[in-house]
Amino acid sequence: MADSKTKTSKKKNYNNMAYVFVLPFIAVFLIFSVYPVLRTLQISFATYKGFGDMKFVGLKNYIRVLQDQYFWTALLNTIKIWSVNIVLQLGIAFLLTIAFSDIKFKLKGLGFFRAVYYLPNIIAATSVAFLFKTLLDWRYGTINQILAKFGVDSPINWLGQPVTAQLSISLIQTWMWFGNSFIMLMAGVQGINKDYFEAASIDGAGRWKSFYYITLPLLRPILLYVTITSLIGGIQMFDLPFLIGTVNGEPLGATQTAIMYLYKFGFASRPKQVGYASAIAYILFLMILIISLIQFKVMNRKED
Amino acid sequence: MAGKVKKVVLYLVLSLLAVVCMVPFLLMLVNATRSGREIMTSFTLIPGNSLKDNWNAVFGFFNLFQGLWNSFKVAVPATILTSYFSALTAYALAVYKFKGKNIIFYTIVIFMMIPGQLSLIGFYNLVSGLKMIDSYVPLIIPAIAAPGTVFFLKQYLESVLPMSLLEAARIDGAKEITIFHKIVFPIMVPGVATMAIGGFIGNWNSYLIPLLLLNTPRKFTLPVMIASLNASKDIGTNQGAIYMALAVSIVPILIVFCFCSKYIISSISAGSVKE
Repeated sequence: MADSKTKTSKKKNYNNMAYVFVLPFIAVFLIFSVYPVLRTLQISFATYKGFGDMKFVGLKNYIRVLQDQYFWTALLNTIKIWSVNIVLQLGIAFLLTIAFSDIKFKLKGLGFFRAVYYLPNIIAATSVAFLFKTLLDWRYGTINQILAKFGVDSPINWLGQPVTAQLSISLIQTWMWFGNSFIMLMAGVQGINKDYFEAASIDGAGRWKSFYYITLPLLRPILLYVTITSLIGGIQMFDLPFLIGTVNGEPLGATQTAIMYLYKFGFASRPKQVGYASAIAYILFLMILIISLIQFKVMNRKED
Repeated sequence: MAGKVKKVVLYLVLSLLAVVCMVPFLLMLVNATRSGREIMTSFTLIPGNSLKDNWNAVFGFFNLFQGLWNSFKVAVPATILTSYFSALTAYALAVYKFKGKNIIFYTIVIFMMIPGQLSLIGFYNLVSGLKMIDSYVPLIIPAIAAPGTVFFLKQYLESVLPMSLLEAARIDGAKEITIFHKIVFPIMVPGVATMAIGGFIGNWNSYLIPLLLLNTPRKFTLPVMIASLNASKDIGTNQGAIYMALAVSIVPILIVFCFCSKYIISSISAGSVKE
């Protein structure tokens, strides 16, 4: 009796140590993650210059965001830049995955190509932005000089016209991210049992048939995951367009993204409109939340 | 035969794509050795002889090595804190039974989905309230709580840790924290390393938060320093100097990548398999 009692109390002691172990995480988490989220929510219901008093104004900031055509333009810019990017990024990653997973081609050098394709992704977006800003310079940039050698006589003003500026950012994003998508899709394919492909091959299924009936359905969850995480990341796009188009999203606001718009009110304008910026943050957050919920729904349906 | 031709064409396309990935860096390196005037007037892949002039122009404008060192001072401690405390938290969540465990776990999952940039305003407000603007503390300390890393390591630990090992250590009279340090952590090292690499790169490249929090140019991390090229009139028109500054910021990472691309890539694959 006594023996078993000491045993259970000792066991309880083990478990109590868990509180000590999670304490640093919980403390920092509450202060630096939870509090800022709640504080932003509180500020979103007020007018606030970043100092002095906060005046509670109810839903006024939110109503203003919804009626602000510049906010919607910024969001639309973000979505335009993102959509061109994701189609190219996933398209290239997909074709690469098909090529490397083909059991008849048996391509070599996966490790090498994967590393090279991923290379642009580890460079800081700030350095990438300046690299391309300089390479794409209208009058003196190296890219127009190279194009001239191939017979493009009139230099293209890449970053000076709204459409080409947006397109340039999409292409730079694609350059930075297709390797990442390729690695994720490839990891998914390598998880597929090789026997499926052998069996399909014996049954006379061609390359495209086995791709369509085996690879594609099994890759669907990863594909969806990559698209959704890319969209959530895309809504938060900042570094690249900010450094290429500066705070106003030159030319003509075409490269101003939603987070750049938030930044403008929360940190750059004089006086700051911190309450308004917070409302922008929460409206973007609600959009991301809805997208995430749809993701969960779609994923779970797949599993049933 | 047709298959062989197809294969050759495929290799050509793959190689072309590899060239596209590397050429911007190559152009950067070549142009870093040419004078601003040379770059403006013609294009060539033959290095020029303005390497030293460009170097002097860049370091006359700002001290990029200071920026590298500053980034190092932020990214290394942040990565160590994330690795250690995430492992410890994951261990507690995976091994022990205690009240509030589920609440903690679900809060972690929810916060993994809340994008950090959206609580930027509250974060800045907190840091300025704590009088920590222009300090590295708010760039480093928050790394202790990394929900995504905890989530990954908890799943990892549950798949690799044999519970009998813990029981055996307890019978030998080992303290719980000693068990973590001596037995559990070494088992977790591959998973921790995977997360640490990703965390380090993220910290090293981080721009928006250091931009908001740091005021003194001497304290700027590398990305903030590079971004300040935008504001400069004298160096901004000298393309040779810009390419040189970019080369100094990019080459160290390229060298690191040459040595550990395998680990970096496995850390991304791990991220996808998790789902």
